[in-house]
Amino acid sequence: MENQTKIREMIQKRVKEKKRYMDKIVPLFLLFMALISVFTTFGIVLTLITDAFRFFAAVPLSEVLSTDLAPLNKDPRFGFVPLFIGTITTSLIAMLVAVPIGLAAAIYLSQFASQRVRRLVKPMLEVLAGIPTIVYGFFAYSFVTPMLMNLIPTLESKNALSPGLVMGIMIIPMVASLSEDAMNSVPEIMKEGAFGLGSTKLEVAFKVVIPAAISGILASIVLGISRAIGETMIVTIASGSSKAFTLDITQSMQTMTGYIVEFTSGDAASGTTGYYSLYAVGLLLFLFTMVMNQLAHYISKKYREAY
Amino acid sequence: MEDNKVKTDKTDQMSSPLKKSFKADSRQIERRVKLSGFLRNVFAVSIAMTLLVLVFLLVDIVRDAVGWLDWDFLTGNLSIFPEKAGIFGAIMGTVYMMLIVIPVTFILGVSTAIYLEEYAKPGRLKDFININLSNLASVPSVIFGLLGLALFSRLMGLGGSILAGGLTMSLLVLPIVVVAAQEALKAVPGFLREASYGLGADKWTTVSRVVLPVALPGMLTGFILGVSRAIGETAPLVVLGIPTLIMKIPQSVMDDFTTMPIQIYYWTLDTVLTPEYANLAAATIVVLLVVLFLMNSVAIFIRNKFEKKF
Repeated sequence: MENQTKIREMIQKRVKEKKRYMDKIVPLFLLFMALISVFTTFGIVLTLITDAFRFFAAVPLSEVLSTDLAPLNKDPRFGFVPLFIGTITTSLIAMLVAVPIGLAAAIYLSQFASQRVRRLVKPMLEVLAGIPTIVYGFFAYSFVTPMLMNLIPTLESKNALSPGLVMGIMIIPMVASLSEDAMNSVPEIMKEGAFGLGSTKLEVAFKVVIPAAISGILASIVLGISRAIGETMIVTIASGSSKAFTLDITQSMQTMTGYIVEFTSGDAASGTTGYYSLYAVGLLLFLFTMVMNQLAHYISKKYREAY
Repeated sequence: MEDNKVKTDKTDQMSSPLKKSFKADSRQIERRVKLSGFLRNVFAVSIAMTLLVLVFLLVDIVRDAVGWLDWDFLTGNLSIFPEKAGIFGAIMGTVYMMLIVIPVTFILGVSTAIYLEEYAKPGRLKDFININLSNLASVPSVIFGLLGLALFSRLMGLGGSILAGGLTMSLLVLPIVVVAAQEALKAVPGFLREASYGLGADKWTTVSRVVLPVALPGMLTGFILGVSRAIGETAPLVVLGIPTLIMKIPQSVMDDFTTMPIQIYYWTLDTVLTPEYANLAAATIVVLLVVLFLMNSVAIFIRNKFEKKF
């Protein structure tokens, strides 16, 4: 009898110990795992800053802000302005496509489309969003560019126009779905009020829904810009690697992302100024996109109307 | 226009000033309704044109790939002669890379999500990790390539190996996997947890025996979608300096490798010299898209089949 209670006590003690052990060790393990994503960010910032610092120590700022880019010359020149122009130009073309069409799609899907059309169109837009960017790059180079050459005979086989347009198509689903979410979260009662006063669907969309959803819409556009700035494969393939300073969109232009890809696959020797220039461009790219994301975050917080 | 006339004729019996304003009103209403209908069509056409581009893209790629995509292409080794070239090495490279990405992101992603949703107390640390994740999700993929180049390839000396590529890709898709797992955990109703505690279960028992089984299908759906992004991603691997010509099939995670997107990239670049490379690139794209389509189908199947509604 005494033995039995002893055994029971022992079992209970072990169960308790095990419980306490699990309840202590598990949260610690999970916290450690969660912190790895934080370490990743620190890793990115640290590598970018240390190597970019070496670059900026070797190259004067006046050279960085010039238009003279020739990293592979015997006497290399690192003027990044052509890269900025390339990035801005292709992103601008992309947004000229993505913003009007993306918003039109969002308005149509949230205000006009029947349930059936919506169920048909939304998965197709998701397919468009899920296609790898390398596929878009191939499409821009092998289909869009030759097609545009028929319209614009002076177009070069590598140019800024074609990847810009294709990048815009790639960003449409993103602008459309984020804006549509914002429009759908406008309360039904506000729309019904406007309908009750005799508004047409279009008037409800433009005078009630869009003003009420403007924070979400603007945030989607800013995130689209950030995506366009960071997009790599489409511009690398279809826009080429010309480092000349030009504003002509029928010519080849290199973007910041394209520069990083070209230079690394060209096996930049570690320790040279050319190698560090990658990280300088990377740092600028990182800062650009971070500013854009914070801006999107700020807009959607600041101008959100709570209902 | 005819209908309009009939309508306005009805106003003949009214007094003159009223008639005038009614006429003006009805004309204005008609204009507003017409504008609404017109722009509705403009919006619909813009969607249709976007989807038409999708059709063009698929048709263009399939047209280029026809005649090149056959069994020999899938099982053959890389060759500089377009007729003999195959992508078996690239397929195996992708498979090997996924053997690293899948376990690493699953363990890291699910653990992070469980910590944030089940254990972390509301406060600065939780907010900080969440904000950090959403920032990380929007960092361009090339930047992850630069991190991998500095950290895994150079500092740890892993070079252009499968291990370096797999770890870089894992960090890239981690935020997507975490957010998906968080959503799945959030969808588990609170009464299940309370019932478990009510029966005397402790925290870990509740999480592992009650919450996780319910959240698993949702987690897997998001996980597969996130991981499939790693299959199509090119830029980080190119930055790591994955070599162009890999003739042999990788044997271990320390070997050099190539993947399908990288193969597409280099073939597309070289179409100027050898036009047939465009066909090879297109054929590889078809294989890549089929793989991604299958993975998405599996994800949707899991969601529909196993997800419980409460």
